[in-house]
Amino acid sequence: MTRPPIPLTRNPRPRLDTTGLVYLALVLLLALSAALVAARGGNLFTTANTVDLFTRSSLLGFLAIGQTLVILCRSLDLSVGYVAALSTVVAATTMAGDPSRVLLGVGATLGVAGLIGLANGLVVTRLRVNPFIATLGMGLVIKGYLDTNFQGPAGSIPAAFQAFGYTRIGVLPVSTLVMLGVALAAVLFLRRTRTGYHMYAVGGDAEVARLSGIRSGVPTVTAHVLCSVTAGVAGLLLAARFGTGSATVYSGGYELEAIAAVVLGGTYLLGGRGGVAGTVAGVLILATLDTVFNVLAVDPFVKDVLRGVIVIAAVAVYARRGHPARRVRFPSGGTAPPGPGPGSRPGPDPSPESDPDPETGPAPQPLGGLR
Amino acid sequence: MTPNPTQDVRGTGDSGGSRRSGAPTALAALGRGGTATVALLLALIFVVIATQNPSFFEGPPLMSFAKKAAPLVILAIGQYLVIVSGEFDLSVGSLVGAQVVIAARLIDGQEAMTLPVIGLMMVFGLVVGLVNGLVTTLLRVPSIITTLGTMLILFGAVRYWTGGAPTGALSESFRVPGRHGIEGVPFLGELPWALVIALVLAVGAVFLMRSPFGRSLVATGDNDVAAAFSGVRVWRVRTMAFVGSSLMATVAAILIGGYAGVTAQVGDGLEFTAITAVVLGGVVLGGGRGTVVAAVLGALTVEALFTLFNQLYLPSTIQPSVQGLIIIAAVAYAARRGDLRLPERLRRRPAHPTERSLGTSRR
Amino acid sequence: MTTELLLRMSGVSKSFLGVRVLHGVDLELHPGELHALVGENGAGKSTLMKVLAGVHRADGGTIELEGRPVSFEHPVQAQRAGVTTVFQEFNLLPERTVAENVFLGREIRRRGLVDGRAMERATAELLAELGLEGIAPRSRVRSLSVAEQQIVEIVKALSHDARIISMDEPTAALADHEVEVLYRIIGRLRERGVAVLYVSHRMKEIFDLADTITVLKDGYRVDTVPADGVSPSELVRKMVGRPVSAVFPERLEPHGAHVGRVRLSVAGGGNTQLDGIGFEVRGGEILGLGGLQGSGRTEVAHALFGVERFTRGEVSVDGRRVDPRSPRQAVRSGLVLVTEDRKTQGLALNQSVAANGRLVLDAVWPLGSARRARRLPGILSSVELVARGGHGQEVRYLSGGNQQKVVLAKWLATEPGVMVLDEPTRGIDVGAKQAVYRLMRELAAAGVAIVLISSELPELIGMSDRLVVLRDGRVAGELPGGSGEEAVMAAATGSPHGDGSAAHDPRASASAGDASPDGPSSSEENGGGSPARHEEAAP
Repeated sequence: MTRPPIPLTRNPRPRLDTTGLVYLALVLLLALSAALVAARGGNLFTTANTVDLFTRSSLLGFLAIGQTLVILCRSLDLSVGYVAALSTVVAATTMAGDPSRVLLGVGATLGVAGLIGLANGLVVTRLRVNPFIATLGMGLVIKGYLDTNFQGPAGSIPAAFQAFGYTRIGVLPVSTLVMLGVALAAVLFLRRTRTGYHMYAVGGDAEVARLSGIRSGVPTVTAHVLCSVTAGVAGLLLAARFGTGSATVYSGGYELEAIAAVVLGGTYLLGGRGGVAGTVAGVLILATLDTVFNVLAVDPFVKDVLRGVIVIAAVAVYARRGHPARRVRFPSGGTAPPGPGPGSRPGPDPSPESDPDPETGPAPQPLGGLR
Repeated sequence: MTPNPTQDVRGTGDSGGSRRSGAPTALAALGRGGTATVALLLALIFVVIATQNPSFFEGPPLMSFAKKAAPLVILAIGQYLVIVSGEFDLSVGSLVGAQVVIAARLIDGQEAMTLPVIGLMMVFGLVVGLVNGLVTTLLRVPSIITTLGTMLILFGAVRYWTGGAPTGALSESFRVPGRHGIEGVPFLGELPWALVIALVLAVGAVFLMRSPFGRSLVATGDNDVAAAFSGVRVWRVRTMAFVGSSLMATVAAILIGGYAGVTAQVGDGLEFTAITAVVLGGVVLGGGRGTVVAAVLGALTVEALFTLFNQLYLPSTIQPSVQGLIIIAAVAYAARRGDLRLPERLRRRPAHPTERSLGTSRR
Repeated sequence: MTTELLLRMSGVSKSFLGVRVLHGVDLELHPGELHALVGENGAGKSTLMKVLAGVHRADGGTIELEGRPVSFEHPVQAQRAGVTTVFQEFNLLPERTVAENVFLGREIRRRGLVDGRAMERATAELLAELGLEGIAPRSRVRSLSVAEQQIVEIVKALSHDARIISMDEPTAALADHEVEVLYRIIGRLRERGVAVLYVSHRMKEIFDLADTITVLKDGYRVDTVPADGVSPSELVRKMVGRPVSAVFPERLEPHGAHVGRVRLSVAGGGNTQLDGIGFEVRGGEILGLGGLQGSGRTEVAHALFGVERFTRGEVSVDGRRVDPRSPRQAVRSGLVLVTEDRKTQGLALNQSVAANGRLVLDAVWPLGSARRARRLPGILSSVELVARGGHGQEVRYLSGGNQQKVVLAKWLATEPGVMVLDEPTRGIDVGAKQAVYRLMRELAAAGVAIVLISSELPELIGMSDRLVVLRDGRVAGELPGGSGEEAVMAAATGSPHGDGSAAHDPRASASAGDASPDGPSSSEENGGGSPARHEEAAP
């Protein structure tokens, strides 16, 4: 093959991608916060503060990583807070303070969580219930179960497992390391498995995925199962910190915070774009905000306000970036682009030919026909 | 909008519609049958309640049920406006809580402040609705995120303002609409103001939905591109729906505050109960289908169910579970019927030139 | 060219809802051959391609691949058998990389894990074989130009080890230099023994590329000829010459105050998609707006209707200058648009006939809508609407023709002075078509100015008093009513019809004369300053 390459106009290098932007924002936020704290005569990066930052990020991280997978599939999981609460109870009652039952407890917790995720996924894909409603309903079901059966703390976590909540290596808590490990696993999952690839496809364009022979139910159900399992891990962490099962942690609003972290991390709420790396940055941004507010003794309720504003603003910004430009045939000046001849065409015509419009075509007829 | 409810797009054009068009009238009746279905369900629950407690229909108990149900009915009307236009409003629970806290703090037990504060609450509701609507339509933030954000903001802002726990007190006259009624009505005993207000609003909503605005709203929820091509100002119509929802939440807040008093938890979870009510009434998420009467009946059904549970001595804590199952079942049922709707592919065409200038961001 | 047979389709038939769109079509493909499929819009080209691609199943006939009968029920099956299709609408995920798209659903794995590098290598090799090192396998599809996306589709097809690639108007979205690239790619494909089935409207491409040409018309195969055995004008005749299949109603005696007055005039109209658009329509007149897909017809309609408005030039309705920025303003100024796509742009399908009929009134004149809506029952009966469930029936249960009548009624309720109809008869049955034609005649006779956009040449010519033909976003020519189909096609395609040297390169002359950047159209009598526009001939 010694033919000369066919010349093509190359696009300029793409801008900094979204993940890069998020990390940049994180660094700027850290610098700004450090300066702000320093101006008040404090130090943001004391051991206590750093540990606080990491501890906050590990819990949210678990929830947000799972949520990322679900959102990539163009779904949503509002039940994670309830799953985490249920998980604390399952873990604490199964372990019942007996160190030899730790493994059993972990297994039971993740198993229960996984089953809930499976139910979520099947309700969404098989019954075609709007994921918002499906997972909200599931959350309410769990809430009712917890409220009815567990009024106070339940069970107890053996000290050996409580270590998961408190041990740290230097300034890095073990739980944060585990969270980063899970994040790494999720990144590999998305980049190195077919199911991971297909999550992007299903979320990006279910029709294209279907035409490529992908069964759209599989990635979505998988994502829901994995999301619930990571919520289960978050529950384990909560249980380890509290030393007991506490059914009321669902009132912490974790699901919304997790979605906020995912969206901040640059994952598109309607699926198909984004990734776990960005989510981790989103988690760190929220954790940094929390820590800084703490250090500066900002009212905790202001935090909610700021969080709400930040999430709306972030989505609005991403909504602006999302629109691909339409091909311009006549720049505003009115002169035609160079290259005379009957060739220059506009973007895909809004009305591709559809032969005597099959009307309400009985056959699958998605390719181009009805656009 | 929410993520796509039909993950496995079946790519069948709207073959569902054409395949069934053989028996159009029967299916049309079923399609419109949301109202009939929920009415039947409500009657059924009332019958069960009556068997448990024969005195339920003897006036006063019925009126106390109406008093309790009125706020949810009003919230359901507001939520209906938003849902039928194709959006969600998750901020209403938070708004109810915020309004009650605002009322308590500003009135602080002074009778003279009652009316001015109610006026202020209405203005506040209007502003919240405007923000929800404009952010959703003009900034193209999906309404789930917008109203979730508003929910967080209201929650935090009100607690910040009051220092965490509600302060102040409501005046007696503020509590009249929620608590009292017209005395000495034959048979009924007391006719609660709450019932009167809910009835007036419901009738008003029925007329609103029959007005040009109402029809434009439903058409927007059904197909916002077609509505825009027909001259509907989609952003305006949807924003008005959000405003309506927030105003309804404000009225509900007055009733709830009067009925139950001020607590830190007031309003919690109400948005989901309201959505459950609307969905139970057969109003389709995504817009364009369902009547306001059905939404009202849905609210009554939810409230009747809760009453039934009380009678059966079920713990009140189980209520969320039942609510969760109902809402899933109702939407799953609607999804079966909803096959008649346009397939997702038709509705979501990012490359379409009109979408940017005419449609909104959803889908 | 080898003589062995790669594909034989014989007697392929297909109906949609009882409407036969393919009548026993035969087609043969040989390795390395480029077989062009030509015909007017609606001739059945796309349907035939979709049958081959496994998107539609044929009702009758057989498909043999290398002598073995096959039946594809899903596009994936066809791809596995080496039959791939590049559709007009790209089936790519914009957020994924080139390599990820090429191998979507068939990711290369090593020891259970997806091997991204291997996919990139394989993609790079495929690109290199086509001589396209310019596209990086790792770049996101979103960042590619339309032409490059087209190439990705072709590479995707090749990665299936395709032996047959069908392309549906592959140049529709390409600029000239990009077309060159496509030519070379097709050349290399053919060297590899790949057979190409090529749908295009452009005579030049067909004669540049094709070995064999099959002409389809109204779902029938008219002829299959070697490309060097036919001249362009002969080919156009084969495509359009048809038995008189549709009779158009006679013009009616005009009445009404506005007959003969200029009701719509456009001068020097332009935006990002259009340039130098100018024409006038008088009351009582039907102006046909012709041109190929993507020539800018719908864009003109949208510009007039305020959807994607003109940024240059001026528009007047009944002598008043208007600049509609939204459909609402356009309707208020007396101009309405019957959109081309009923289901997505025209109707709220879950609402009743009455609600859809009132929608414009409700939206545009909310206070007077009740009064104006009293006309609606009369209008609905005048458009011959047949709705078994009465006016309370939801429109999704109506047939396509009746749905279209609801759309028309919705707009007639506003008593428009100017009506733009974009493909008003697409996908509706013959009876409904006749009803629409009669309605147009009656409206014209009553003094309404009508702009008709249609891809069906007989309809366009049969109904219009005058024709304006667009090409590439500009006015390519103006023809009198009753012009031959060949003449319209020639203007629309820029094909060498007659001594087509002038028509062959219209852009040169057009852009040379169109130096005035803002097209500040001089005056209304003049009708606009674009030299690209031929002089107007008032009827």
